[in-house]
Amino acid sequence: MNRPHRFRPGQILSHVILLFLAFLFMFPFYVMIVTSVRSPAELFVPEFRWLPESFTGLRYYIQAVADIPALTFLKNGVLISGGILIVQLLTAIPCAYALAKFEFRGRDLLFALVLFSLTVPIQAPALPLFLGLNAIGAIDTYFAAMVPFFLSVFAIFLFRQTFRTYPDEIIQAARLDGMSEWAILWTVVVPGCLPSVAAFSIFSVTAHWNDLYWPMVVIRSNDLMTPPLGLAFFADSESGANYGALMAMATILTAPLMIGFLLAQRHFIRGITMTGVK
Amino acid sequence: MTAAVQLRNISKSFGETQTLRDVSLAIRPGEFMSLVGPSGCGKSTLLRILAGLAPQSGGTISIDGTGIDHLPPSARDIAMVFQSYALYPHMTVRQNIATPLRMRRLPAPARLPGIGRLWPGQRSKHNGIDQAVIDAARLVEIEPMLDRRPAALSGGQRQRVALARAIVRHPRVFLMDEPLSNLDARLRVTMRAEIAALHRRLGATFVYVTHDQVEAMTMSDRVAVMMDGEIVQCASPAQLYGNPRDLRVARFIGSPEIATISSDELIAENGGFAPVLPRDPVTVAFRPEAVLLSPAADHLEIPATLERIEQLGPELLVFLRLGSGTRLSARAAAGRIPLSAEGQSLSAWLPARGFMLFDANGRRLDAPHIREFADAG
Amino acid sequence: MPADLTQSVSISRAPRRLGAILSPRIAYGLAAPSVLLLVLTVMAPIMMMILLSFTSYKFGETGIEWIGIGNYAQLFGDRTFRRALWNTFAYVLMVAPASVLLGLFLAVLIDGLSKGQRFYRLIFFLPVTATVVAMAMVWKYLLHGTIGPFNLLLQSLGLPSLDVFGGRDLALAGLAAINIWSLAGFNMVLFAAGLTAVPEDLYEAAAMDGMDSKFDRFLNVTLPLLGPVTMFVIVTSTITAFKVFDTVAVITHGGPRGATDVLLYTTYLEGFSYFRMGSAAAMTVVFLAIMMVFAWIQARVLDRKVHYR
Repeated sequence: MNRPHRFRPGQILSHVILLFLAFLFMFPFYVMIVTSVRSPAELFVPEFRWLPESFTGLRYYIQAVADIPALTFLKNGVLISGGILIVQLLTAIPCAYALAKFEFRGRDLLFALVLFSLTVPIQAPALPLFLGLNAIGAIDTYFAAMVPFFLSVFAIFLFRQTFRTYPDEIIQAARLDGMSEWAILWTVVVPGCLPSVAAFSIFSVTAHWNDLYWPMVVIRSNDLMTPPLGLAFFADSESGANYGALMAMATILTAPLMIGFLLAQRHFIRGITMTGVK
Repeated sequence: MTAAVQLRNISKSFGETQTLRDVSLAIRPGEFMSLVGPSGCGKSTLLRILAGLAPQSGGTISIDGTGIDHLPPSARDIAMVFQSYALYPHMTVRQNIATPLRMRRLPAPARLPGIGRLWPGQRSKHNGIDQAVIDAARLVEIEPMLDRRPAALSGGQRQRVALARAIVRHPRVFLMDEPLSNLDARLRVTMRAEIAALHRRLGATFVYVTHDQVEAMTMSDRVAVMMDGEIVQCASPAQLYGNPRDLRVARFIGSPEIATISSDELIAENGGFAPVLPRDPVTVAFRPEAVLLSPAADHLEIPATLERIEQLGPELLVFLRLGSGTRLSARAAAGRIPLSAEGQSLSAWLPARGFMLFDANGRRLDAPHIREFADAG
Repeated sequence: MPADLTQSVSISRAPRRLGAILSPRIAYGLAAPSVLLLVLTVMAPIMMMILLSFTSYKFGETGIEWIGIGNYAQLFGDRTFRRALWNTFAYVLMVAPASVLLGLFLAVLIDGLSKGQRFYRLIFFLPVTATVVAMAMVWKYLLHGTIGPFNLLLQSLGLPSLDVFGGRDLALAGLAAINIWSLAGFNMVLFAAGLTAVPEDLYEAAAMDGMDSKFDRFLNVTLPLLGPVTMFVIVTSTITAFKVFDTVAVITHGGPRGATDVLLYTTYLEGFSYFRMGSAAAMTVVFLAIMMVFAWIQARVLDRKVHYR
């Protein structure tokens, strides 16, 4: 409460510095939004104006949704990051439970492999995965966009740490009550560890919503593009001339995560930084 | 190296709530003064104000007659031992103990971690500090651990390091904030004796905060009992026990707790009490040793039920219940009374004089001879 | 992680988990889907990738020719690859220190505030959640050589305009600035967690010990206690910067004239544009090896992190 190094003049100086930095940090967001509602002619006036002279309203937003398949990109983003998350939870949670609460031969080896895989980024297995998907004719499908991420070793690691702190007595009581292991896991243990599940879900969805690399490798058709890929593709094909529509689209595709963040700041900060804190 | 401390009309409020109201206390040079009270009574706040870690809302503090209200903590010539010890985890024991001296004696560049030693012209100061650290460590018997980090020490050893860090400065006043509360029961008893011995050896003024009345009673010259932001009574341990000014003090000091009975009930149990009690209803209190289980002169008999017996070795604690449900406890030598089943009826003999009387507000009625506690002078 | 070790040791001595007396078949059943995926999507592809790096395989060819370390020999003789490697390290050297220092600066400044902590944390964390590709577009426009608001500002101040992504000199630094912007808030949160872990009474003890100035307490208490967190933040920032891809792919495409060619982008082009799988695999092996070094350092740092407590 009264940490001795808090005094008034310092407070004001801190606020001045922080407000200046906050302005710099927010400026790109401001430019994004203001550019999406001003007429293209204004962009080439050799002077930066804070507010648009002629307000174009939602024109570019309508254009982004109508001419450019922004809604399709959004839908793909939801399907792909949602699909990835569901499979990740369905596979990682049982595996983490086995690692945390069972003794079996090969457990230590499995955990060592999990720890090793934590350090392997998607780019490492990318070439063979691409070749394999190509061999089975699965390039340019939702499946191809999702499959490398079905296994999240980070989820296994995180849930193992969480489950280890879950009291054995409750699990034993459930066994004595005649519940199956599967039922214990999903109706007893997981509901008791929801904060971890929520934090991981935010982490996972954010990571895969924003990912550009893998969709760039396996997605070809416009119908299947994720938000970042669609945006990058659109920017290239328009050769960057139509800034209004570009910024409107950038706003639309960034909005879902930003709104999520503003609504649940603490969960988001926890989820996104958990790789760092753990 | 020892000093008198004067607190005059100290008050502290956080917004609406007043944690300290008008607290005055005169601590004599070299005295071991304990502040004791239930948690939330304001004793730690008072200590922090004395240390300069928190500003008071009103009142003044002086040491040896000089006001120190405007001084930062480091300039007050006061050392403090924290409840959590507050040792710097990244420093060795040696560095921890040396810190107060380094900060005071060395110029800023020579204090820089690591490279500070390279600053020229400080050799004799460094040597002086090194020697002082060793002396302080020897005093609390942690010399062999000087090069360890706090994490590698036991709770008791950390406690000693915290003491050494306070001793090394030779301050005029030592403040201790529940220094033993993180130790196990056995170690607490040992350290209690050691701190008392340290006080005698250093001869400095000690102000000791605790919620444990046994600690306060066993170590202190005087004890200030705090309740709800006020000092209710400040007296020697013997006086606090035998002559409490307030029912709250009487209840707080002593174990088992003092028994209280309304005068009406007492008279109803034995009419013999009617002439010795005031006419207005009062509360009568009996320490366990005042309650006898066999007849004695100047004692009156009342019927009771045996509730429970606790064996303490040489003596017994006997817990009794009166007809109305009021509880009494008594001390008895082991083997002196026939032990029997719980629920058995027996008689207790209560003194017909020399008991303590309290009015409806808990103020002591029968002891005009008690000195005023706030002899601020 | 020593804590884990001691625990597993005590468990092997006295099995306390009820699972031990259940059939391990249940455990295998629970772990099986993950193990299958681990083999199919991580282990086998990595093995294949390493094998691939010893071939001259091109996508679409039917036969595979073993060329030993030919790809590696060629890589280190290749000026483009060496430039990509050099660019990547230069990029890391710009991003990691700046984002760590800025994160620390923000965290300390915000921690000292009595009002508005939440507000500032929100502002500085916002770029972390923003989609990199979208923000890269914004930055590209912002720093545009003629119509970008940044240049309009410079001109209005009477300064010469800068074509950040148009010339070779500033392109990499421009990309680094974007990454610093998006990473500083992340580091700030990690440092903030470290700061709240510093017990309040340590500052009080420091005040009693004679550290009267803020600076003394920062130097003697805050900074040493943040030491382990700082090491950790440095390593994670280094790894993040090392994996730079999105901004290059969206803004500069490695240009102008190779000035922003970085390891992952070069590897991507080699494998998925030119379809020279063999040499792309060799590049990936180099990339993975460097990542493993970082991971090893990170594990060491994690060990030290437990040290003070």
